[in-house]
Amino acid sequence: MTKNSNKTISKDVKVDVQYLTRVEGHGNIVVDVKDGTMTKCEFQVIESPRFFESMLVGRSIWEAQHITSRICGICACGHTLASIKTAEAALQVSPSEETVMLRKLLLYTEQLDSHILHIYILIAPDLLGVKSIVPLIKTHRPVIEMALRMKRMSDYAGEVLAGRHIHPISYVIGGLTQLPSREGLEKLYEMMLESRKDGLETVKIIKTLKFPEFERPTQYLSLSSNEEYAMYDGDLVVNNGQRTKVKDYKSLLTETVNDYSKAKIATINNKSYAVGALARFNNNYALLNKPAQAVAKELGLKAPVHNPYLNTAAQLVEWVHCLEESIVILKKILKDGLDEKKVVVNSWPKRSEVAAKKYTPNTGVGCVEVPRGTLFHEYTIDDTGHITHSNCVIPTNQNIGNLEDDMRKIVPEMVGRLSEDDITLKLEMLARAYDPCISCATHLLDVKFV
Amino acid sequence: MKKQSKPKVAFFDFSDCEGCQLQFANMGETLLAVTDLVDIVNFREIMSENGQDYDIAFIEGSITTDHDVKRIKAIREKAKVIITLGACATIGGVNGMKNRTSLDVAKQRVYGDKANIINTIKTMPVHEVVKVDYIINGCPVYIPEVVAVLKCLLMGKPYVVPNYPVCTECKMNENVCRYEKDQECMGPVTRAGCNSWCINNGNRCYGCRGLVDNPAANGQKDILVKYGLKLDDVLRHFTLYNDSMGEKYDKEFK
Repeated sequence: MTKNSNKTISKDVKVDVQYLTRVEGHGNIVVDVKDGTMTKCEFQVIESPRFFESMLVGRSIWEAQHITSRICGICACGHTLASIKTAEAALQVSPSEETVMLRKLLLYTEQLDSHILHIYILIAPDLLGVKSIVPLIKTHRPVIEMALRMKRMSDYAGEVLAGRHIHPISYVIGGLTQLPSREGLEKLYEMMLESRKDGLETVKIIKTLKFPEFERPTQYLSLSSNEEYAMYDGDLVVNNGQRTKVKDYKSLLTETVNDYSKAKIATINNKSYAVGALARFNNNYALLNKPAQAVAKELGLKAPVHNPYLNTAAQLVEWVHCLEESIVILKKILKDGLDEKKVVVNSWPKRSEVAAKKYTPNTGVGCVEVPRGTLFHEYTIDDTGHITHSNCVIPTNQNIGNLEDDMRKIVPEMVGRLSEDDITLKLEMLARAYDPCISCATHLLDVKFV
Repeated sequence: MKKQSKPKVAFFDFSDCEGCQLQFANMGETLLAVTDLVDIVNFREIMSENGQDYDIAFIEGSITTDHDVKRIKAIREKAKVIITLGACATIGGVNGMKNRTSLDVAKQRVYGDKANIINTIKTMPVHEVVKVDYIINGCPVYIPEVVAVLKCLLMGKPYVVPNYPVCTECKMNENVCRYEKDQECMGPVTRAGCNSWCINNGNRCYGCRGLVDNPAANGQKDILVKYGLKLDDVLRHFTLYNDSMGEKYDKEFK
């Protein structure tokens, strides 16, 4: 929502979007240009801080997943997995290969869910010139039905694998509290095979939509692995070739707090950087599976892509990748079955062992790629297994600096050429392209031209 | 049905993860049926429209800033009916854990030397600030209960929240008791209505729906202590979602 309705083209521009819509959480975009000179260009996070890092202090390491899942309703599975990996690093325990396979499947299906939500419900209305998905229900009914069907598939995946997608139940330290039902897995497999044609149809639709033209090369950070398109595991890789082990993440990135936001802002080499689908695509293109590479080619995406608006197209490429990878895993599980002994664990040490259980004080770092980018958790535990310090680095916090740098380049390119309303819309679309998740970041969106 | 007879519905979120709204959006065909009965005029997470004329306000999230207090009071003045959606709005939820330490310490832990720029107050459920007409418990909300509450709401009837513990539903579901499996569980003191969702999936109850009106809290404490939990850990179990009960049990348990 903008307060301005200035249709004239001027060298004075004030953008003041309070409570940016169609994003997860609360943020403002504030831009002030006087006689062609930009005096203010801010993306302000205004979500109430939630203090998760403080709330974890004094809690048992065994509760960390349950609590940190609640940082975000959209990336609840991603936070769950980052938390579990962190706790396992601190406790020095390793999950079985089968457990890791089930975790990757959950992570892929969360990418499926979030990317479809972003592409159809949050982005498509802008590209079709409407304010929300609601008018599209009448004008584009079959497409909306298809989008809901794709969403339903990934929601169902959460139900089958973890009991529910929002705040998953059965994924815990060491394994799962119970095996997913064979019947559920079979149904999910069928739904995924059916989804292939919806994916191809979505590619056709996205091809017809026009994304704004803009380019700004930047630093891209993602997990990277020699074995696969990294989502669950790998090293931290920047597109300039810097490679860092996850446990040493603090030597790579620096977090600061600015005065107008409640989100911490991260930098690498004192510069902003981007994480998320486009960063992963740019860094790891060669490891995408063949169907995803074919879709990238169809959409005209060739790594490296320097237009942040095309993050949405990269999400669609990843959707195809994750669907195919999920199908491969499900096929294997349905053929070989799952060994309960290698997967099923308790959610907490047995009561009879709690008092006697000994812990070694330690710090663990865990990292996964969630839909919006690289997510870090870090916990330090004492000799009773309680958390004494924690830190979470959220994708949106890492993208805010990069988004502001994009705004600083694109605003002068538009001033004197577009009306204030059009500039506002382009900035809103830019922020939405990053798919910001402000609930997570406060631990972000509204455009404000003052 | 005439268009003007549909109640206007708005969704507002405060401090939370927005998972309950998303849970609403995940209702699928049920949601389409709901949209036949009401007009959604404000739903920031998915719509750019920002209707300020509404009858029913769904509130998600807890009240954690002075600005939140002003905002919820303004919503109360406009809305005929306020419904809290989920644990954060209804009982404070996980946000309440912030209250277990001083605000200065919490700010310092997260924002370091920039702590002074952060405005935060004690976490409060919505009912501590304004009158609430319907509540929906849970983290996240359980869709069958959401539908039940919506039916009551549209018929103008009160919704009666179960006042028996999760164990009742858990037994009906024929789950093996967590205590039989040498695990602890908050089921015996936690308000039912979720159909023992977490235990059905092999985990335990964490108390996200709040405590029943007269929980056997001391009995629960004694059992946890008997099996090796320290009093502080017992209290942490009680206050994971229920900070508002923290002071009471701080005194009673010690």
